[in-house]
Amino acid sequence: MKLRRIKAMAVKEILQIWRDPRSLMIALLLPFTQMFLFGYGVNLDLKHIPICTFDREGSQLSQDLFKHFEASQYFAIAHNVQSYAALKAAIDKADCSLGVVVPPDFSERLNDAHAASVQAILDASDDNSANIAFGYASAVVSGYSNDIQLSQIDRQGRTLAQIQPMVVQSRVWFNEDLESRNFIIPGLIAVIMALVGAQLTSLTISREWERGTMELLISTPVQPGEVMFGKLIPYLALSWLDAAFCLVIAAFWFGVPYRGTVIALFLTTTLFLFVVLSIGYLLSVLIRSQVGASQIALVVTMMPTVLLSGYIFPIDQMPAFIQDITYLMYSRYYVTILKSLFLKGTGIVDLSAPILFLLAYAFAVVVLAARAFHKRLA
Amino acid sequence: MFARIIPIVIKEFLQLRRDKSARFLLIVPPILQMLLFGYAATYEVYHVSTAVLDLDHSLESRELLSRFTSSTRFNVVKVAQSQREITETIDRSDATVALVVQAGFAELLRKGRSAPLQVIVDGTNSNTALIALGYVNTIAAGFAQDYAADLAQRTLGVKGMNEAHVTIEQRPWFNPDLNGQWFFVPGLIGTLTLIIIVNLTAFAIVREREVGTLEQVMVSPIRPVELIIGKTVPFFLVGLGEVALIVAVGILWFQVPFVGNPLVLLLGTSLFLLSTLALGLLISTLCSTQQQAFSTNFFVLNPFFILSGFSFPISSMPKVLQWMTYVNPLRYYLVVIRGTFLKGVGLDVLWPQLGAMAAIALVLLATSILRFRKSLE
Repeated sequence: MKLRRIKAMAVKEILQIWRDPRSLMIALLLPFTQMFLFGYGVNLDLKHIPICTFDREGSQLSQDLFKHFEASQYFAIAHNVQSYAALKAAIDKADCSLGVVVPPDFSERLNDAHAASVQAILDASDDNSANIAFGYASAVVSGYSNDIQLSQIDRQGRTLAQIQPMVVQSRVWFNEDLESRNFIIPGLIAVIMALVGAQLTSLTISREWERGTMELLISTPVQPGEVMFGKLIPYLALSWLDAAFCLVIAAFWFGVPYRGTVIALFLTTTLFLFVVLSIGYLLSVLIRSQVGASQIALVVTMMPTVLLSGYIFPIDQMPAFIQDITYLMYSRYYVTILKSLFLKGTGIVDLSAPILFLLAYAFAVVVLAARAFHKRLA
Repeated sequence: MFARIIPIVIKEFLQLRRDKSARFLLIVPPILQMLLFGYAATYEVYHVSTAVLDLDHSLESRELLSRFTSSTRFNVVKVAQSQREITETIDRSDATVALVVQAGFAELLRKGRSAPLQVIVDGTNSNTALIALGYVNTIAAGFAQDYAADLAQRTLGVKGMNEAHVTIEQRPWFNPDLNGQWFFVPGLIGTLTLIIIVNLTAFAIVREREVGTLEQVMVSPIRPVELIIGKTVPFFLVGLGEVALIVAVGILWFQVPFVGNPLVLLLGTSLFLLSTLALGLLISTLCSTQQQAFSTNFFVLNPFFILSGFSFPISSMPKVLQWMTYVNPLRYYLVVIRGTFLKGVGLDVLWPQLGAMAAIALVLLATSILRFRKSLE
């Protein structure tokens, strides 16, 4: 490998990028649009869940309960209905996702048996939202229950300590306010870079084939490895620019806390970008048509990176054989690295496992690409 | 008119029949993606990796922790001996939840004072953390209640709790086990259809333009409208077949119940396919090369996917993005497909969605036909 020839390749590639402003614009704009789209669009925090109340008793106590729901920032009372049919219609139309039903003997039971229950009717067609809404509803009801106990104890002249035998003291680490944005945005950078990076290089070789410049390239003394590095270096610079945009937007626009070191971020990002770009390059060597190459790149990157990298859906909750497949998803390692660097401030030593995986990946792809290139020429 | 349309339809089908790789791409990837993503996309929380530290070593603390050990929601991966070990386990992500019972727990309980169960949660994935915390609270509340009832029985001889309390019972409709696949699999059907059909349409037309066969067609007596109909009818039929295929995977493999009316789904699917076909057509008029079609598709399809409610609740988005979802046919189709699959609702509930899709399809088709004619001239 000669540095001079790599440089010549790189200069040629830079000229080519420069003279195709439309593609260059897409490469530079894409991270921006995607960051804002995903950053704002992907949000799992539920607030003001529309609820539908069905008060079958209409007593002071039942109205108090609904006041508790109204006071919570998680709920907004959208409807008050008087029949099950109306409740069913409201849930069918998705006007509300939670129905709270107070039974007709609510006060009576509370006074006589000291125990009463209300029903939470959940629109479980969205199971996750239903689950979270029920969690919030339980908290509201138990707060209400405590208030009733307190007033009862007040009347009997006893003290508070006797009522709750145990309390849960919970502390949340790393993402103290449990904001979904804080875990989605770091992972998002990995997803965007995987998409953009693979797109950038998946066309470089097939374009030469389609335009007939490949034969010209072969007739020069340039070696396959030199072609590869010469082509990758300009794209590495370009994608670093993209990654820097994304990282700056994440930290300064969305205000995601960054707790790691900058050098760790620089090294891991470079490694990841190299892997992504060389995979795009490998695809473009393997597949001669531009469309074929970029289509495969999209199929390989888009949905799998979103769904299988642990970006949103936790890998440890997937069935075992899907978990095995996720090891092939190179973005999964970078997602882990970014989340650790951003939220936990983990040092580079503790990240050695994902870094080693990425290194192995980079090595394997470079070897495969070099071999595939030889075959193509033969 | 039909005499000229039918040959184009036949030609498209012949082309598809002879193109082995296209047929492969229409059948195998959708099924594979359905299987893969149907399993991968889940927010359900089971077997949360948990570390426990019991510094009390009492009957009560063991009883409390055993309730977590025996729950399917928690999976105790580490029994720590010190606070430091707990910190390390959470730092290294070996456990998501740590439960700590401090010394003196049982004594506080016996004295009738509030005894604390300390919980540390790794909030990195806020969704998992939130749900896991909910389960911790449920189990802890169960323990507290049983303990109080037990105490009341032993000391006062009364059965049950003495204090008034209110509980909440859940009645999850449409999906009684809160099974995540029931939510995602119908969503996947819509998302995959969108991606496949827009790609198929946009590429088929741009390819003809790039190869130059489109000009050959134009010199024949076919009118542009006839050409468009002739080109979209096969894709429409292919799309229907495609939806039938993935719906079958959803029902037969993932066992998602279908309780609604198939005809309502068919109507919704037809309107959805019309709008996606029109979208593909529109993209094809904006692009002169397949390469451009490809990057434009990517630009367009990604927002459609994110802003559809496929997995991220629309109600949690900022207002501006919520408005943008109104022009997204996938948003409406997901309501139709989930409504017919899980809720079994009919036209009386779904007419706004169907109407919206019809309107979108109409506007898109009109625009794309106008543009398409122009791009041919």
